[in-house]
Amino acid sequence: MKGTEVAGALREHFGDLVSDIVFPREDLVRVSVPRDSIFPFCKFLRDELHCEHLNLVTALDWPEDFECVYHLTSYLEEYMVELHVKVPKDDPKIASLSEIWRAADFPEREAYDMMGITFEGHPDLRRILLPDDVDYYPLRKDFEGQSDE
Amino acid sequence: MSDMWINMGPQHPMNHGLWNLKVRVDGEIVVESIPVLGYLHRGVEKLCEKRDYNQIIPLMDRLCYVSSLTWSHAYCISVEEMMGLEVPDRAKYLRVIALELQRVASHLMWLAAFAPDLGMFSAYLYSMREREHFLDMLQWLTGARMNQNYPRIGGVRNDMPAGFPDRCFKELDYFEKKLEQYKQLFDDNKLFRMRTMGVGVLSKEDALDLGVTGPALRGSNCPIDMRTHDPYEVYDELDWEVQVGKEGDVFSRYAVRMGEMRESCRIIRDALKKIPDGPVRVKAPLRPTGQGFRRTEDSRGEALIYVIGQGGESPYRLKIRSPIFAIMRAVPVMLKGTSVADLLAIMGSVDICIGDTDK
Amino acid sequence: MSSWINLYNISYAIGEFLMGIVAAILNFFGQWIGPLSDFADWLMSVNVLNLVAIFIGGAAVMVFVSIINLFIIMWIERKMYGRIHDRRGIMLPGPWKKTHKGTGFLQNLADGMKLIQKELITPKNADKWMYDIAPAIIATTSILAFVAIPFSETFYVANINAGLIFILAILAIAPLAVVLAGWSSNNKFTLIGGLRGAALMLSYEIPLILSVIGVILLSGSLNPIEIVHAQQQTSVLGVENWYIIPLFPAVIVFMVALFAELERLPFDLPEAEAELVEGWLTEYSGMRFGLVFVSKWVRTYAGAALITILFLGGWSGPVLPGELWFIIKSYIVFVIIVWATWSFPRSRIDQIVRIGWNWLIPIAIISIVIAAAFKWVGWF
Repeated sequence: MKGTEVAGALREHFGDLVSDIVFPREDLVRVSVPRDSIFPFCKFLRDELHCEHLNLVTALDWPEDFECVYHLTSYLEEYMVELHVKVPKDDPKIASLSEIWRAADFPEREAYDMMGITFEGHPDLRRILLPDDVDYYPLRKDFEGQSDE
Repeated sequence: MSDMWINMGPQHPMNHGLWNLKVRVDGEIVVESIPVLGYLHRGVEKLCEKRDYNQIIPLMDRLCYVSSLTWSHAYCISVEEMMGLEVPDRAKYLRVIALELQRVASHLMWLAAFAPDLGMFSAYLYSMREREHFLDMLQWLTGARMNQNYPRIGGVRNDMPAGFPDRCFKELDYFEKKLEQYKQLFDDNKLFRMRTMGVGVLSKEDALDLGVTGPALRGSNCPIDMRTHDPYEVYDELDWEVQVGKEGDVFSRYAVRMGEMRESCRIIRDALKKIPDGPVRVKAPLRPTGQGFRRTEDSRGEALIYVIGQGGESPYRLKIRSPIFAIMRAVPVMLKGTSVADLLAIMGSVDICIGDTDK
Repeated sequence: MSSWINLYNISYAIGEFLMGIVAAILNFFGQWIGPLSDFADWLMSVNVLNLVAIFIGGAAVMVFVSIINLFIIMWIERKMYGRIHDRRGIMLPGPWKKTHKGTGFLQNLADGMKLIQKELITPKNADKWMYDIAPAIIATTSILAFVAIPFSETFYVANINAGLIFILAILAIAPLAVVLAGWSSNNKFTLIGGLRGAALMLSYEIPLILSVIGVILLSGSLNPIEIVHAQQQTSVLGVENWYIIPLFPAVIVFMVALFAELERLPFDLPEAEAELVEGWLTEYSGMRFGLVFVSKWVRTYAGAALITILFLGGWSGPVLPGELWFIIKSYIVFVIIVWATWSFPRSRIDQIVRIGWNWLIPIAIISIVIAAAFKWVGWF
C-alpha cells in the first residue's frame, strides 16, 4: 500500500482530525493527530489497515510542548505511519496504547521514565531504566545533567 | 514447596549482561517473571544531544558491545536519510561486507553464549575460535576488533585493503566447512534437540503483537527481514535468502541464526564479487535540519534510530529502538509455564545484549 | 602366584615389624616397670596386629586412591577436555618443563593449596551443623567405597562377601548429603539443586542396581573378587567371558545411571551452573568446596573401577601384572566418561527421569532376562 492510499483512508475515516500529512518516502506517511483521538486512531490503524507492529514510542521536548511520536509498521501492506501527537506541558498526559499493542508497554514506560509523560490506562506505569526513587526526568531539555565540558 | 521468588541477576551465570530477571517459581515451574532493566543505563540519548554528528558514531558503537558496527551503521544511515544524502556505491558495498562480517561475529558470540547455557561448554570455545577469524577480517578492514567506528555519514572511513577479498574468500571457505560440523554437533544431537524443540514457543500473533523482531520473529514463521522488507544499502542486489523457522521454539530461533550465518557468507561473497570502483565517502552537510529514520536489521532484530536535527551542531533528539528492549516485554510471555531449565534455553535463544537495551 | 603376597599380609608384616620395634622398646623399659611388658605383649597379640594391618592397608589404598590416582585422573580429565576444546589445557605447574609445552601435572596440587588458604564462609542463617557435615559425608563415603573395591587379586583392604552391595550402598549415601547441603545453606539455588539432586539420584539408583543383577546372576556371587574370578573362566567363545559381551545392554544402563549418580554433565542438574549458579554447592567455599569437588572425581573413579570389575574382567589380562591391567582398564573407562561429559548438553529434570523410567529400567530388565537365559543354557 502506498503512503497516499493510507493517508486517503485515514482522511476518509477521521476527516479533519488528521493534519500535516507529509510523505517523506513513498511508503511512509507522517501525520499529526490531536491527543484525544490517538486511541481510536491507532485502533483503526491496527484493525482496518493491518498495522501489526509498533516500532517505537518517542517522547520529544519542544520549547512549547511535548510531542509523542509513534512509528507504526504494517508488514502485510508494507507501509509505515509516523504519528505525531502534541502533549501540552502543563498537562503531560496521553492515552496508553498498550491495550492495542502489547509492544507499547515498555516504550511507554521508557517515555514516562525519561520525559515524564503519563500514559493513562497503562497497566504498569513505573520507571524502567532509572531507579524508582529519582524525581527528575533526564531527557527534558531543562534538565541540567553533567556535560563533558 | 510453595512459590518463591528467585533473582536471576544482576550477577548470575544466566545473564549475558547486567540485568535482573525476577522469577517466581513453583518447584521447577516458572509461574511469573519480571525483567528488571536499567543496570547499564548510561544516558546515551542525552549524551547524543551534547555531541556533534560525527562524535556520535563512536558512541553508537558502544551501544552493543557484540555487534557495534550495525549500530553505528544504523545511526549513519538514519542521518543520511535525514540529510537526503546519497552514499557512493562502493561505500554501500563496503558497508554490507562489514555489516555481514559483524553479523557472523555477533551470531557466533550468541552461539558461544547459548551453548554453555545448555551445558555445551565445548561449543563455546569452538565458536569463539571461529569468531576470531571474523574479528581478524573486521580488524583488517576497519582497524579495530570491537568498536570499529567504521561507517561515516556519507560513506565509510576507508577503502578495503589490498588482498582483502582473497583472504576473505579463504576464511569463508573455512567457516562454511565448520558450519557443517556444527550441524553435526547440534542438529544431530539428540539431547540438544530434546532441550530446544517445543520449548519457549512464541506464536506468530504474540510475536507481532509484542513487537518482537529479528531472528525471534523469523523463528515464529514470519519472513520479515528488514534487508528485504525495506532494502537498505545494496541488499536487494545481492543473492541470498531470508531464513525462516516454522515452529517458533528455541530450535527454530537457533536454526534461523545458523542459517543466517550461512547466508551472511553468501552475501559477503557476492558483495566482494560485485563491488564497483569509485569513491567511498561523500561530504556531508553541516548543521542539518529535519528528521529521519531508517529501519535496519541488526543481528538481534530491527534497529531503528530516529534522529531530529534543528540546524544545530548536534541532533535535537535521538531515539534508539533496541530490538532486545522489545523482546524483554515478550520474555514473561515466553517463560510462563516453562521450567527453570528451559528458562536458560529460552533466554539464550533470545541473544540478549544489554548495551542497547539499557541505552 | 602365591596367595601369601597380598596387601593384607604385607600390611600385617609391616605392622608386625613396627609393633615389634615398639614392643622391644617397651620390653626394655619393662625390666624396671612391669606393666609395660604386659602392654608390649598385648601389642604383639594377633588381634591388635590385625587391626594395625587393616589400618596400614587402608592407608595404602587411601594414599593410592585419593592422592596418586586422584591427581592422575584429574590431570587426565583436564588435559583431555582441554584437547576436546581445541586448547592445550593445564600446562604450567609441572615437574618438567615450565613452558606452554609443559604437562601441568601439579596444577591440581596448586589448586588444592589455593583452596586450603581460602576462607571458609558459613552463611549467616545456615544450619551450621548440617552445613559443615555435608561435605564430610560426601568425602568419606566416596573414599570408603574403595574399602571393598579390589584392585587385584591381592591389592584390597577388605574381602567382604557382599562387597558389591556395600559399594552400591555407600555410594548411595551421597544424595542424603546433597539434600542436607542444599537445605542447610539457606539459599534458594542450593535448595532447588539439592532437591533436584535427591530426585535424580534416587530415581537412578534403581536402574543402577537392576543393571548389576545380571552380573550377580551370571557369577553367582556378590563378592567383587569372586565376580572377577567368574569372568576369568573360559567360555564357549574360547576367550575369557567378560560380562561386557553377554550383558552389553547392562553396561550401557550402568554407564548412563553412573552419569546421573556422579552428577556428570549430561545429567549434572543438581549443580547446573548456568541456571542454579553452582547448585547445592553454591555457598561452599575454600576446602569444603574442594572436598566435594575432589570427591566427585573419587566417585567417578569408583564408578570406572566398578565397571571394570563387573563387566571388563577386572585385573585379568596377559603379561602385565594385574594391578596395571586394572588401572589401564579403569582409566579407559574414565576417559570414555570424560569424553561423553564434554560433548553433550545438559538435559532437563523431567527428561532425565523419563529416560530413567522409560528406557533404562526396561533395558536393565532385558539384560537380566538375557543373563538368566545364558545361565539356563549354560554358556556362562
